[in-house]
Amino acid sequence: MDTFDLLKRLTETPGPSGNEHAIAAALQEMWRPLVDETTIDRVGSLVAIKRGAGETEPRPRILLAAHADELGLMVTNIVAHGGNGFLRVTNLGGVDRRHLMGQTAVVHGREPLTGILGGLPDARLPERERGQAYTYDNLVLDVGLPIDRLRELVSVGDFVSFRQPLRRLQKNRVAGKALDNRASLAALTLCLEALQARRHTWDVVAVATAQEETIYLGAYTSGHAQRPDIAVAIDVCHAKGPGANDGELAELGGGPSLGLGAEIHPAVHRALKEAAEALEMSVTVSANARGAGTDAYALQTAREGIPTGLVEIPLRYMHTMVETADTGDVERAGRLLAEMIARLDDAFLPNLREELMRPDNRKDNGQ
Amino acid sequence: MNDLLRSLVEAYGPSGFEDALRDLIRPLVEPHADDISVDAMGNLLVHKSTAAAGALKVMIAAHIDEIGVMATHITEKGFLRFTNIGGVMPHTLLGNRVRFADGTIGVIGVDHSDDRGAIQPLSKHFIDVGATGREDCPVRVGDAAGFDRAFVARGNYLTAKSMDDRIGCYVAIEALRRLPADVPHDVTFVFSVQEEVGTRGAEAAANRILPDVGIALDVTRTGDVPEAKAMSVSLGDGPAIKVRDSGMIAHAGLVRLMRRRAEEAGIRYQMEVLDGGSTDARSMQVAGPGCAAGCISIPCRYVHSPSETVDSRDVEGCIQLLVALLSGSIDL
Amino acid sequence: MNQLLQQLTEAVGVSGGEKEVRLLLRDLIAGHVDEWSVDAMGNLLATKRGTGAMDMRVLVDAHMDEVGLLISEIESGGMLRFDTVGGFDDRALLGKVVQIGPQKVIGVIGARAIHLLKSGEYGKTVKADAMRIDIGAKNKDGAAAKVKVGDYAAFVTAYEENAAAGGRIAIGKAFDNRAGCAALVELLRGERFPFDLVAAFTVQEEVGLRGAKIAAYSTRPDAALVLECTPAYDLPSEADASPNVALGWGASVYVMDARTIQAPRLVAHLTRTADARGIAYQIRQPGGGGTNTGAIQRGAAGIPVATLAVPGRYAHTPTMMISLDDYDSVVRLAEAALRGLTPEIVRHS
Repeated sequence: MDTFDLLKRLTETPGPSGNEHAIAAALQEMWRPLVDETTIDRVGSLVAIKRGAGETEPRPRILLAAHADELGLMVTNIVAHGGNGFLRVTNLGGVDRRHLMGQTAVVHGREPLTGILGGLPDARLPERERGQAYTYDNLVLDVGLPIDRLRELVSVGDFVSFRQPLRRLQKNRVAGKALDNRASLAALTLCLEALQARRHTWDVVAVATAQEETIYLGAYTSGHAQRPDIAVAIDVCHAKGPGANDGELAELGGGPSLGLGAEIHPAVHRALKEAAEALEMSVTVSANARGAGTDAYALQTAREGIPTGLVEIPLRYMHTMVETADTGDVERAGRLLAEMIARLDDAFLPNLREELMRPDNRKDNGQ
Repeated sequence: MNDLLRSLVEAYGPSGFEDALRDLIRPLVEPHADDISVDAMGNLLVHKSTAAAGALKVMIAAHIDEIGVMATHITEKGFLRFTNIGGVMPHTLLGNRVRFADGTIGVIGVDHSDDRGAIQPLSKHFIDVGATGREDCPVRVGDAAGFDRAFVARGNYLTAKSMDDRIGCYVAIEALRRLPADVPHDVTFVFSVQEEVGTRGAEAAANRILPDVGIALDVTRTGDVPEAKAMSVSLGDGPAIKVRDSGMIAHAGLVRLMRRRAEEAGIRYQMEVLDGGSTDARSMQVAGPGCAAGCISIPCRYVHSPSETVDSRDVEGCIQLLVALLSGSIDL
Repeated sequence: MNQLLQQLTEAVGVSGGEKEVRLLLRDLIAGHVDEWSVDAMGNLLATKRGTGAMDMRVLVDAHMDEVGLLISEIESGGMLRFDTVGGFDDRALLGKVVQIGPQKVIGVIGARAIHLLKSGEYGKTVKADAMRIDIGAKNKDGAAAKVKVGDYAAFVTAYEENAAAGGRIAIGKAFDNRAGCAALVELLRGERFPFDLVAAFTVQEEVGLRGAKIAAYSTRPDAALVLECTPAYDLPSEADASPNVALGWGASVYVMDARTIQAPRLVAHLTRTADARGIAYQIRQPGGGGTNTGAIQRGAAGIPVATLAVPGRYAHTPTMMISLDDYDSVVRLAEAALRGLTPEIVRHS
C-alpha cells in the first residue's frame, strides 16, 4: 500500500481514547499477515508478536509502542430547544477547543450520526463570552434531529470522533486529523513489512496502545504484561511552523527525531542512532528534561523498569484537525525501526547492563 | 438502614487514620467472607471465592476514608494552623467543627480581612481547641482531625459529613449480605483507605489482587440544584453508570453490561460523565496488566461539604445493580 | 572535614545523568554489602544481609540525583540553550557557574549588565528560557566540540565546613540528597541488622520519584525508610508560622506530604526511639512537598513507609547549608530505629 493510502486508512478510522475498538480491529487485520500472533487486550490495546530467529530461549524481546487512540469528544448532555435536540460535549484528551467551531464530527450512538460543531455568533452570545474562544458550555454538536429522535439514538457518555479526510498538500506533505499518532502506527506497519525480508533474532512485540492521550494506559499495562527487555515508543513531535521556530524543534521532512533525557536509556538511544548512521539517514536529537509526554514515560517504570527509547515523527499543528506531516518522515521512521531491530544481537543486553557503570571517556574533539 | 448508616458516617476516619472504620465494618462483613485480611496500608479485603473454573477476578472498592485536616503549627496563643487532607474547600470552613482522634473538638475561625465577601484561602484559617498557649494545647503538629456533624434523615434525602464514601461502604456491606453464596466470580470487596488523597489504598490493593474487572462504588456530583454547573445526573433518578471522569474512561463493554443488567432487573439508572474528580476505579484500571474498570456512582449533592446529601432510593438501586451484576456472568 | 559529604556533594549527578555519583557510591559501599546491582534505570541496589534473627526485608532509600540543567540546543553563536531539570526557582540561576557534560566544561549563566537594562526591567525575574550558558566558544562548531545536546550541567560548589560555627555548619551543593546518601552509606558500614537491609540509591527523584518506583517493585520490601534533605525556612520573619523545619532542631520526621501519609506506626516508632535515646528530632510541617515514599508506598501491594530528613536551607540553589548535628541525629535515629524495628511494628494487626 502506498504510504498516503496507508495513512488515509488509519487516520480516517475512528478511535477516540477509551473507544479504540475500530482502529485496533483495522490494524489487527493489517498486521495479521505480518506477525505470528495478535490479540486485543483487556484495556483495548492491540498486541502483535513477531517471533525472532534467535535460538536461545527465552528470546529477548523488544516492545514497540505507538498509541492507537486519537483526540475526541464525549456527549455530556442532551438539550431540548424548540423541539430540536442538541448535544453538549466535553473533550477526550487535550483537544484544542479553539479549532472546534465549524468542524464536523461523528457521534457513535445507536448508529453513527454526523453533526456540526457550532455556536452562536459573537453578537448573540452573553457579553462576558464575546471575543473569547468557544467553550464546551456554548458549543453544540448539532446532528439536526428533533429531541425525541435524538434521545432514542444518543445517550450521555457516547463517544464522538472528528471527521476530516486526509488531504495531499504539496510535495510529500499530508494534512488531516489523528496523524497524532496514526503516523507512528503507519511507521510501525512499514517496519513490520520491512522485517518480512530481514532476519531478526529478537522477538518483536508491536503494540497499538489505548488511552495514551489521557493516562498512558496501554503503555503501563502492556509494559507490565509483555515484560520486554527494551522498549521504543513511537510518537509525533512538534515541527517548525507558523509561530513555532525554536531551534530545538524538528524540521518537517528532516527525518525522525530521537529523544534524549531522563526517560531514555542511553544504550537504546545509541542503538537507534547507529541504525540511522548505517542507513545514512538524517535524524535530529531532541533533549527534553520534562519528558516528551509519550508512552516512553509509562514504559520506563513498568515492573522492574524497561530501558526505553523514543522515535518521533515531526508534525505541525498538533492536536488539531489539520495536523500536517511528511510521508518521507513516516517511511524513514519505519525503516529506522526495522534496521535497529535487525541489528539487535546477543551482545546487546549485556552491553546495555554495563552501560550505566562504564566511566564516560568522551574524546576531546580539540578546539 | 439509617442506624448502620449513621454509625458509618459519624465515625472518625480522615485519610491515613481509618482504624475506627475498619473496626466498625469488619464484624459486619465477616459472616459473608471466605477470608478477610488487612494489608500494609490498612485496606480491609473481604474475599468471596468460587469453585467455578476460569472465574474472573473482580475487585469492588468503596473507600472508608474521608476528607479532613492536619495541624501544621501551633501558635504562641495555642491556635492551630492546619493543612487539608484531601479536597477541603475553604468556603466550607468558617464556623465548621473538627474532631481529633482523642475526641478534642475544634472550631474553625479565619484571619480578619476587610474584604468580607472574599473567600480566604485555607492558610488564613485556624482551629480553636480552647487552649491558651502551646503548653496546654492538647494537639500536636501532625495530628489529624475529621469534620464533626451529625447524620440527619429528611424523608428520602439523607445528609451527613461523609456520605463520600460511607454510602459506598453501605452499598458494599448490603450487597455482601444479599449476594447468593455461589457468586460465579472470584470477588474481593476492598474497603479502601486514602482515596481522598489520590486513590492510594486502592492502588496498593489492586497491585496485590491484579483484578480482571474493577468496579468502584463512590459518590458523584449532580446538576440538579439552582445554577449548577451543567451535568446530567440528578438525585432520585437512580444509580449513575459512569462513562468517564477526569481520571478514567470506563471500559466500554463493562458500561454496556451494567446498562443491560439494570434494564433486565428493571432498575432505573442514569449515565454519568463527570468533569473533575475520580475514583478508586482509576487505580484499578492501570494496575499490573490492566483491567476492565468502571464505577457505579451514588448521586450526591454538596460533595465535600458537611452536608453531603443522597437519595435513599438511589442507594437501593445501586445495591440492586451491584448484586445483579455480580450474580450473573460478566461477558465483556 | 566530613569526607563522605565532601565527596558526595562535589560529584555531579543531575536527574537522568547520575553515573558519576553511582560509581562513587559503588566504591564507597564496596566491602560493606553482600551484593549489589544496577537496574534498568540506574538505581544502585545493595543488600546487607541480616543476622538471621528476623525474617524481614527493609528498604532504605536515598535518591542520588540533584537538580540541574540539560543542554537542549547549541545555537549558531555557540551559546547553549538549556532546560531546567527538577523544580527550580529561575531566580537562583542568574550569574551562576556550571559544569557541563562528562568533561566538566565550565560555563557561566550570564545576563545583560545592570547598566544596559531598559527602564522597568530591573527588579523583574529573568525567565530561565531567556538565559543561555556561555562556555566561551566562538561559534556553534566550537561549542559542539565540547558539549552535546543531551549533556547535563550542574552547579560548581566546593564543600566547606564553617569554622566559625565550630565546624558544625556545612555548605555545599546537592545536600538534597547527598546528605541522605551519606547517611545511608554510614548505615551500610555499620553492624548487620537483624533483618536484610536493602539499600537503594535511586535515580530521578527530582523529576517525579521515577527510580524509586521500580526499586520498590523489584525489591518488594516489608517496610521502607527514606533518607532525605528537606527545605528549612527558618529565616527571620514576623509571622507566627511554621518554618517547615529549622536548622539545629534535629532530624526531621515526616507525617504527611503531598504524596504520602507516612505509616503512623512507623512514625510513632521513630519518635518513641528518639525520645528514648535522647536524639533531637522535629516534626516537619505536614502538607506539601514529597519524597520517594510517594512512589514506594503503593508500588507493590502496599509498603509501610517513613521518612527522616536533614533540614537544609536554600534547597535547589547552588549553595545549601545544613547542620552537621542534624545530620548526625538522622544517622543515629535511623540506625537506632532500624535496630528496634520488629514485624509487629511493620504489619497491620
